[in-house]
Amino acid sequence: MTTITADDDHDPHAAHDDHGPDKGLTRWITTTNHKDIGTLYLWLAFIMFLTGGTMAMVIRLELFQPGLQFVEPGFFNQMTTMHGLIMVFGAIMPAFVGLANWLIPMMIGAPDMALPRMNNWSFWILPFAFTMLASTLFMEGGGPAFGWTFYAPLSTTFAPDSTDYFIFAVHLMGISSVMGAINVIATILNMRAPGMTLMKMPLFVWTWLITAYLLIAVMPVLAGAVTMMLTDRHFGTSFFDAAGGGDPVLFQHIFWFFGHPEVYIMILPAFGVISAIVPTFARKRLFGYDSMVYAVASIAILSFLVWAHHMFTTGMPVAGELYFMYATILISVPTGVKVFNWVSTMWKGSMTFETPMLWALGFIVMFTIGGLSGLMLGVAPVDTQYHDTYFVVAHFHYVLVTGALYSIIAAFYYWVPKWTGHMYNETHGKIHFWWSTIAVNVLFFPQHFLGLAGMPRRIPDYALQFAEFNMISSIGGFAFGLAQVFFLYIVIKTIKGGEKASDLVWEGATGLEFEELSSPPPYHSFTVAPDIK
Amino acid sequence: MSAASEGDYYVPHGTHWPIIGSIGLATIAVGFARFLHGSEITVMLVGIAILIFMLYGWFGQVIDESISGLYNKQVDMSFRLGMGWFIFSEVMFFGAFFGALFYARAYSIPWLGGASNNDATAWLLWPDFKAVWPLLEAPMADKFASAKEAMGAWGLPAINTALLLTSGLTVTLAHHALRREDRVWLVYWLFATVALGFLFVGLQALEYSHAYGELNLRMDSGIYGSTFYMLTGFHGFHVTMGATMLLVIMIRAMKGHFTPDNHFGFEAVAWYWHFVDVVWLFLFFSIYVWGGSGGVIHE
Repeated sequence: MTTITADDDHDPHAAHDDHGPDKGLTRWITTTNHKDIGTLYLWLAFIMFLTGGTMAMVIRLELFQPGLQFVEPGFFNQMTTMHGLIMVFGAIMPAFVGLANWLIPMMIGAPDMALPRMNNWSFWILPFAFTMLASTLFMEGGGPAFGWTFYAPLSTTFAPDSTDYFIFAVHLMGISSVMGAINVIATILNMRAPGMTLMKMPLFVWTWLITAYLLIAVMPVLAGAVTMMLTDRHFGTSFFDAAGGGDPVLFQHIFWFFGHPEVYIMILPAFGVISAIVPTFARKRLFGYDSMVYAVASIAILSFLVWAHHMFTTGMPVAGELYFMYATILISVPTGVKVFNWVSTMWKGSMTFETPMLWALGFIVMFTIGGLSGLMLGVAPVDTQYHDTYFVVAHFHYVLVTGALYSIIAAFYYWVPKWTGHMYNETHGKIHFWWSTIAVNVLFFPQHFLGLAGMPRRIPDYALQFAEFNMISSIGGFAFGLAQVFFLYIVIKTIKGGEKASDLVWEGATGLEFEELSSPPPYHSFTVAPDIK
Repeated sequence: MSAASEGDYYVPHGTHWPIIGSIGLATIAVGFARFLHGSEITVMLVGIAILIFMLYGWFGQVIDESISGLYNKQVDMSFRLGMGWFIFSEVMFFGAFFGALFYARAYSIPWLGGASNNDATAWLLWPDFKAVWPLLEAPMADKFASAKEAMGAWGLPAINTALLLTSGLTVTLAHHALRREDRVWLVYWLFATVALGFLFVGLQALEYSHAYGELNLRMDSGIYGSTFYMLTGFHGFHVTMGATMLLVIMIRAMKGHFTPDNHFGFEAVAWYWHFVDVVWLFLFFSIYVWGGSGGVIHE
């Protein structure tokens, strides 16, 4: 088997068996290579992570003490809104797509993604979308200030003019995500090397297959929601306006029909990463592979059936509250299967604790804390007290920061020696882990107490009794932010040089990317399909 | 070189079309947003021109590569998967609007009329509101343009249903002609399909003018008008797109493209056309037949 390539002038005779990348900026703008595009995604995610992180620093600075010290309440609201949007759509999601691009072709024994040109387009829409989104901050009337959930009528009747740019930015992100997801599905279903059956695929590939399905199912619903916002704002429709027979609560239903699967879009690939790292450093096979696959699929199906647990206090018939409560609690069963399987994988393993394993263990412990507070929130009667308090903020930051983000960082340390051929500095990696982990708990754990005591989210000022915990939380926030600047240094240093990594990289590593490819791997991963044992 | 033989991988080299497409999309977005705030529509039109240029160039390149035999069965399957999942994403897009329609009829209007435990809502907000479907008069009637009458199902909409169903048949006949390499009938049946498609769009424009003129059924007539125009409008837009794509396929057929075993371009558009057809059937029943009748939902 050989690889056929075609140049841009589409002259078939220009096809040749092997070629490297173009030079300079053109390489990155016109590339169809999954590794280049993966790198672009990861860097975009990092830039967005630091941007959204800076906004979080503004939030924590204002909340350092009670009273208003640094920013206007309106600007504070813009910061919470943009921080959420940028972290969800700009940092976590693109980072996972970057990992998918880098890893899926290598893991299934393919030369590249199935639709390489569309892959380029999926990425190159995003810088335009985020420029548009960020530019709203500088427009007259300010940027969106209605929270990342943009509930009507805050986002329709009472929103600033810049909201239309926000709407179109969401449309563009949706187009990008759907194309990226179609590419992932086509790659996994069509590009596997002979012998790579579905139930032999690494779990990262499985989790991404299911994530891509979720993306294609719900991103268009989000596009529909913002389209209805747009027509409500400008064309006289009344989808979210009770005066015309619509209902603002309808917005919440449609938003969360997107929003809840979105939560799993941000965590399923993380499960895949952890399921790759834990067996390597426990030097055992993953415990319960089949049950892991079925658990991920069950979580994905259930994720479509639980959306209104975000709306327990909005107003719903009691039968609805009960149904959504029971369905939500049901998700803890497949999630529990996953956590117990990771723990069982480590049971009696020959464990070592290199940096990726530390981040993975941090994930398992702290994601479980976030999962347990999620159980509390899923119980409708008690949610009446927790709703829209800092308890919710603490919950989803444990899930998204010490969950999704930790898995992304773990993935970086685990695969960067493969990608670049350089080992990162182990001491630096460990410092990064312990520094982040102490800081992140100082940052978010007190927020549980604040929320239980009744401090509402998205408010720039607070009652005096919340002062101590807020100050502690802010100190943790600044420390965590600084740790990620250190991470930037580690990333650049590792790319530029470092101890040479072996092809296997880790003693206990398995999978095609470690066993069959050099470090760094060739530009087109597998030009000849590997033998699958 | 054995590009067309089975099992070979095909990896295209760099391409500049995506970045042009991104610039086009961003220009459309910025132009539309500016237009909504009082600027001229010129910027948006420039964006649309850039996007059309991109589509022409990108598809042109893919067609050239396909004809010169660069693609193999695996590439064909990637294209099939891509088109199939794209259509699934479109289904979900329409799903959001169907959801709004069903929610309005099943929940928001009865609740505004006091159903479930909402007596106080009805009594405090708009005590005179009549919870009926189709909703001709909005709860806050003076803020909205009350419609005189709902759109009936058995006039133009029924004719349009017949047109679209027939076009589904003609495109299938075109496919059969292509498979038996009967290029004359391929083009004839494609022409019939395109004509039926554009006729549908024309009749829908007529229906809209009737709705706006005689019936005073408008986008700002409340939730009935909102859902009516959102669903039929996006559907009409998709019919226009589909008919345009069929036109391109017809021109390609006249140029001698497609063979009996290799014509995924044709099939992709035919899939899309059937999807548009099926959406219309759902629309016809939920907007016109079921949605145009009903009466009082809550006293």
